[in-house]
Amino acid sequence: MKRFIGFIKKEFYHIFRDRRSLFILFGMPIAQILLFGFAITNEINNVDIAILDHSKDATTKEIINKISASKYFSIKQIIEKEADIESVFQKGHVKAVLNFEKDFSKNLIKDNKATVQIITDATDPNTANTISNYVNAILQQYQKDVNKDITIVYQIIPETRMVYNPELKSVYMFVPGVMTIILMLVSAMMTSISITREKELGTMEILLVSPLKPFQVIIGKVFPYIFLSIINAVVIVMLSIFIFKMPVEGSLFLLALESILFIISALALGILISTISATQQTAMMISLMGLMLPVILLSGFIFPISSMPLPLQVISNIIPAKWFIIIIKGIMLKGVGIQFIWKETLILLGMTVLFIALSVKKYKIRLE
Amino acid sequence: MSISVKHISKSYKSVNALQDISFEVKKGELYGLIGPDGAGKTTLFRILTTLLFADEGTATVAGFDVVADYKSIRNSVGYMPGKFSLYQDLTVEENLDFFATIFGTTVEENYDLIKDIYVQIEPFKNRRAGKLSGGMKQKLALSCALIHKPKVLFLDEPTTGVDPVSRKEFWEMLKRLQQKGITILVSTPYMDEAALCDRIALIQDGKILEIDTPEAIVKHYPKPIYNVRANNMYQLINSLNAYEHNHSVYPFGEFVHYTDNRTDFNPDHLKAYLESKNLSNIHIEKTIATIEDTFMELAK
Repeated sequence: MKRFIGFIKKEFYHIFRDRRSLFILFGMPIAQILLFGFAITNEINNVDIAILDHSKDATTKEIINKISASKYFSIKQIIEKEADIESVFQKGHVKAVLNFEKDFSKNLIKDNKATVQIITDATDPNTANTISNYVNAILQQYQKDVNKDITIVYQIIPETRMVYNPELKSVYMFVPGVMTIILMLVSAMMTSISITREKELGTMEILLVSPLKPFQVIIGKVFPYIFLSIINAVVIVMLSIFIFKMPVEGSLFLLALESILFIISALALGILISTISATQQTAMMISLMGLMLPVILLSGFIFPISSMPLPLQVISNIIPAKWFIIIIKGIMLKGVGIQFIWKETLILLGMTVLFIALSVKKYKIRLE
Repeated sequence: MSISVKHISKSYKSVNALQDISFEVKKGELYGLIGPDGAGKTTLFRILTTLLFADEGTATVAGFDVVADYKSIRNSVGYMPGKFSLYQDLTVEENLDFFATIFGTTVEENYDLIKDIYVQIEPFKNRRAGKLSGGMKQKLALSCALIHKPKVLFLDEPTTGVDPVSRKEFWEMLKRLQQKGITILVSTPYMDEAALCDRIALIQDGKILEIDTPEAIVKHYPKPIYNVRANNMYQLINSLNAYEHNHSVYPFGEFVHYTDNRTDFNPDHLKAYLESKNLSNIHIEKTIATIEDTFMELAK
């Protein structure tokens, strides 16, 4: 036991003396969560638009007021003729132009129908889509207000209700994903690098020719990173709760247990990587390419798994991150308990046991 | 016997690193493996420290078989690899403490064993190991390899890249350790260090050329050997190489070591030949063979 403690002490010296890695270790989660939370977002805020109003009557004025009063849009320009539409888009000043037809009010009263054209800059299709949805929503709201007193026979107004993330805040979607990435990266990459560093510097040779048992070396290597990963997980959850006001519906205790399970599975993967790579660089490449990309692309973090082609859907099953994301989304957003996620937990547990068994088996007690 | 090696062979893909190596090291002996880079010294060390399997043959260290009892060997030997293998980001003291701990001992317990060595680096005990000079690093590495009082000490080229003064000190330490009953197997490419061992094995291309005490090895040199000197070293070597009766010509500091293939060699004939090659200040005198001469002769 004393040997083991001595080994862990040494590992902490390594970690705390390598300032750069330490900075990455703790800077990265914060930077990533802020980036994903603020910069990479599907929401729109204060989008600049232009108005081309051919009728300039009471109704259009009211609609324009409603639009400019919303926090989603700000009216940047009023243009006078159709020909200007092209030029405001080309200058890139605005993302959308609202084109009200002539005699808007009159048509509305006469035919119960008036047209407004929403022209959006679709170089960024996601934003364009969102803008048009938001404008539609405002128009419908206005319609409802106007028609309050009149009974209209046929009018189907679809009402969509978003559950779990009613405001469609994208940060709620990203937090579980970012947490998964960070834990994967810190645990797997850092352990694999720290083990291969011993190989590269030749200290592994001395450790092998010592009474330390393989499991003591492995656990000793892994232990500090379990500790650091837990700190990281706590930091991420705190940031999302306090900065992004993200609700954690489920049990924090369950969340912690599931996170530790995932951390251990990632650490076991890290050890596995270190057994097949001879240098720190190889270990890093394998961790980045072999773990990060699948985690980002195939775990359902960014692209929904159900819309992937079948072969990729099948492959996504062997990625531990997929199951972890399902688990933490369930706990954080839906507030479910273990009875709803025991299947995913069991799969993750099985994978972890497999990885640990493989890495202990593959750990070399000699140089070849 | 402290170390016993029987018919060990080992090959990597196309290279025969070791071929049928056998030797024995007595308890408390300072035994040298002398040979150039690539002779197979490191491979042999790794087999004996249980880091590699031999393809053929058996070996025991401190009475334990290197394959079956590898765990016992790992408990009772000290190993200092050729490459500096301590933690560069840990201080001198932390390194020593770490190695003491993983061997289940403390620095205080075996301090007397490393005292002579450690006092020299103690003033720098708070310095990171990576910032030490070459000689200091080796002293620290030796301290770390000794801290658990090993029965057998394996030192793979401990003085390579170390300045001459530190090298001399290092060997004095080895002599003192030997008096404490520790068996030491040391490898070195430096022939002058060979003379400081009790016995040496000359090794080249994975084969042992000869095993004996340094004195005996020198004595066995088969031919009279001459120091030759002249005003132009380069031309002297060329001329000697072109001389029809030469047996061996090796530059050796300010001299050339020369042996002749005739039994009735007369130095005056050689002098006349060299003068005919426009060399002046020619000195030819008989000298004693060194281990290097023996090595060259055996390796021929």
